[in-house]
Amino acid sequence: MKGTDAGAALHRADDVIICEYCDAVYQRAPLQRHQSAACLRCGGVLYRHNPLNVQQRLALCVTGGVLLVFANAYPVMTISMGGLSNSATLWDSVLVLSQGSITFIALVLALAIIFAPVLQIALLCWVLGFAVGGRRAPGFAGCMRALEKLRPWSMLEVCLLGAMVAVIKLAGLLDVIPGIGLIALAVLSVLMIFIAGRDIRDLWGQV
Amino acid sequence: MSAPALAGELGLCLCHGCGQACDLRLGQHQCDRCGAPLHRRKANPIARGWAFLFAALIFYVPANVLPVMNTEMLGQGSDSTIVGGVLEFWEAGAWDIALIIFIASIGVPAIKFVSLGLLLFTAHRHSQWARRQRSQLFRCVELIGYWSMLDVMVVALVAALVQLRGLGTIEPRPGILFFGLVVVLTMFAAMSFDPRLIWDDQPHHGEHGDGAGD
Repeated sequence: MKGTDAGAALHRADDVIICEYCDAVYQRAPLQRHQSAACLRCGGVLYRHNPLNVQQRLALCVTGGVLLVFANAYPVMTISMGGLSNSATLWDSVLVLSQGSITFIALVLALAIIFAPVLQIALLCWVLGFAVGGRRAPGFAGCMRALEKLRPWSMLEVCLLGAMVAVIKLAGLLDVIPGIGLIALAVLSVLMIFIAGRDIRDLWGQV
Repeated sequence: MSAPALAGELGLCLCHGCGQACDLRLGQHQCDRCGAPLHRRKANPIARGWAFLFAALIFYVPANVLPVMNTEMLGQGSDSTIVGGVLEFWEAGAWDIALIIFIASIGVPAIKFVSLGLLLFTAHRHSQWARRQRSQLFRCVELIGYWSMLDVMVVALVAALVQLRGLGTIEPRPGILFFGLVVVLTMFAAMSFDPRLIWDDQPHHGEHGDGAGD
């Protein structure tokens, strides 16, 4: 990757990339598989090679949607002790925080593990569904900006680690049975890294 | 190799909505591709950063002092704090789990406080010290920030599960609210900081006017 000359005429803005961490300007160059372009000045990643095309992305998003239904509809885990048993879904864990004076944190949790991922998948399916046909979805710009805003608040991978810690925490006291929701959550959190990452921005140039 | 050109020198501006390089010389105030408002630097990054950081620091006290959950087993109730939870695993011999929770709930917030404080202080002074490393530090803070939510998730799941009438119940306590607020506020602090300030030699005059919103 070569830095552009300050005197060079930068005709087309699409070819130019600006480092978001230090404002250095570069000419965009095509990348090979597994390559990424880094800023010479601050070392930040400018962009990566995107191995997925629109069809593959849409297929993964639909898969993500199915997994999301499973992750929310089935219990994450079940406990049992002395003949009594109880199971909890993601929504149950939000509800338990919503009681009493700590309701605010239930809203944050609901955003992080339910609303943000659901919106991300829904918006991605909407945008990519039209992109497969080579068209821009109605409200394309708004959807893409919403996806940018949602990304930092989607925390499924943290939830997955939290569920595993909870299993270990409780395993000493009572019987813990991981549920279908936990398996769906595990697959979904890996999938989200591929489909909801920053490279969704490439769609601006594709449709 | 020659130093790369800077966006400011070329009259360009990065759109935060879509990553487009926009030409400010045309007098546009919105990105022509996605419609997001354009600003060369975020609005009041230092003041907003400090404000969020101090608010988080204040909430950090009750987050650690107040209990995060109450366990009631066979009629006996006990409150536990964040540190108490780590110690419990440590004493039980599960040092690996203790380490994960320690890093996520005590280490990460502490690293964020120190790192963001350092970044805000040096950016305010237009320091030229270790610019590349400070840039990397910011990316690191951005990356690890939300893992502190781990504790909130653990408490929520455990409390939702252990609701066995007569045998045992676990309930969340206000400490977890403050802990969650610390995480959210430090995320806001990191988001409102502008990493490009690390590389600015001079304060940008007249920046506050065109930097409304983010």
